[in-house]
Amino acid sequence: MGLVDILNYEFVQRAILAGMLIAAISSILGVFLVLRRFSLIGDGLAHITFGSVAVVMLIGVSPAYITLAALPLVMLSSLAILKLTHSRRIHGDAAIGIVSSLGIATGIILAGLSGGYNLDLFSYLFGNILTVTQTELWLSFIVFLTTVATVVIFYNDFFAITFDEELAQTMGIKTKRINVLLFLLTAVAAVLAMKVAGIMLVSAMLILPPLTALQLSMNFKKTIIAAACFSILSVICGIVLAFLLNLPAGGTIVIFNIGFLLLISGAKKIWPLPR
Amino acid sequence: MNVINVDNLTFCYNGLEAISNISFTVKRGDYLGVAGPNGSGKSTLIKNILGILKPQKGNINIFGQPLIFFHQWDRIGYLPQRISSLNNHFPGTVEEIVQLGMKKRNAIALKRTLEMMGIAHLANRLIGELSYGEQQRTILARALISQPDLLIFDEPTTALDPETREIFYSLTSEMNRTYDTTIILVTHDTGIIGKYARNLLYLDKKVIFYGTFEDFCTSPDMAGFFGSTSQHMICHQHDKTENNV
Repeated sequence: MGLVDILNYEFVQRAILAGMLIAAISSILGVFLVLRRFSLIGDGLAHITFGSVAVVMLIGVSPAYITLAALPLVMLSSLAILKLTHSRRIHGDAAIGIVSSLGIATGIILAGLSGGYNLDLFSYLFGNILTVTQTELWLSFIVFLTTVATVVIFYNDFFAITFDEELAQTMGIKTKRINVLLFLLTAVAAVLAMKVAGIMLVSAMLILPPLTALQLSMNFKKTIIAAACFSILSVICGIVLAFLLNLPAGGTIVIFNIGFLLLISGAKKIWPLPR
Repeated sequence: MNVINVDNLTFCYNGLEAISNISFTVKRGDYLGVAGPNGSGKSTLIKNILGILKPQKGNINIFGQPLIFFHQWDRIGYLPQRISSLNNHFPGTVEEIVQLGMKKRNAIALKRTLEMMGIAHLANRLIGELSYGEQQRTILARALISQPDLLIFDEPTTALDPETREIFYSLTSEMNRTYDTTIILVTHDTGIIGKYARNLLYLDKKVIFYGTFEDFCTSPDMAGFFGSTSQHMICHQHDKTENNV
């Protein structure tokens, strides 16, 4: 089967389109998260997503709307992490750990209690972009537009907060508001990325493309664009190769992401960037 | 006109008082040095004035407005002791950092400030690639670019070489004299305060002394508090500073 034949399948077209949108969303947000040392938030929110999916499955939400139904709980949890992070008694990584453990524990207990939906629930651990629904594609499109618009409108504020939150505060920037925006968008991105890479690999979608782009030592705007490009390229290559070789798409996409990171890091060592 | 009015300010970290019942006033054109031992609450006081920390008790007025209603933050330039969260991979150029938080880009002000701080040749370099001193000069340029009415420096010159340190203090003195820019300088170095500042606020969780540097040096109370030998050393450190710089 050739590349053109693969692209003729409607579900492959939907998967590639949704994957590209989700890749762009998670990598754009990932640049801010990585630089602010919130890299592990993807893991935390993915675990919360696991618990949230268990809850919405238990109350009998139709499989087509599970992603949408899980969103409010994950968004609330992201705000809980933010609140705990700023409590001064708990460090950011510990806050992520607390909320993350709660998510996994809830998921496991609910899975054990009902038993009947174990298989469906655990399928979310590894994700499957090829099963993306029309609703999820639309959701990805809306979130992509919202993310790009938010970053463009508040670019100066995001830039200042990422550089130094305290300094940004002294410039009159509403740091709390910007943090809430970043965390809510990250929560949505984590739920969507779960569909692409699975709960186990959500953080890879948020961390790897920004890390690759940062190797290029470009300015802030170019770094964001480069991160999105690496992420989109990984999704396209990953889906096509997964379809051709009958591999799990999530894992293949992440392997491409790691490949790009190693490639760029290696190339930088051999040919240092001109200054 | 009062630029800052602090009235009975108390701030606690987890129930422990970091500063207690602090009151003082800074007038337009003042050059105030804030000194005190480690843990005396100097940085806590500055963070309360800048709205980074919220006091448990007391009031702060800036340019005649209560802090919670104050929005003209471009009138204040702040240079922190260090950028605590600076990531060496941060993909921001010197030019981008100096214009941080500015609503309108001003190419003339940018060029002038970069040249004044001697970092014009670094404009397109990433901040993470610079030395600590060059990074500090970049952050200082950011504080100065909008020609603010009030400059707050928290241990500003620890990473600077003696030559740049001298340029820094001469520049701030000139801004203070020429434009009536109000300056608050937090430092351990009382010699620097003696040389450049007119007033001294000495803290040790509460106000130990507030007044002119000359009054501090002739105060029998301060001789009693520090011991006359220590008072003499503090007051004459600026002679040494002057010779060393």
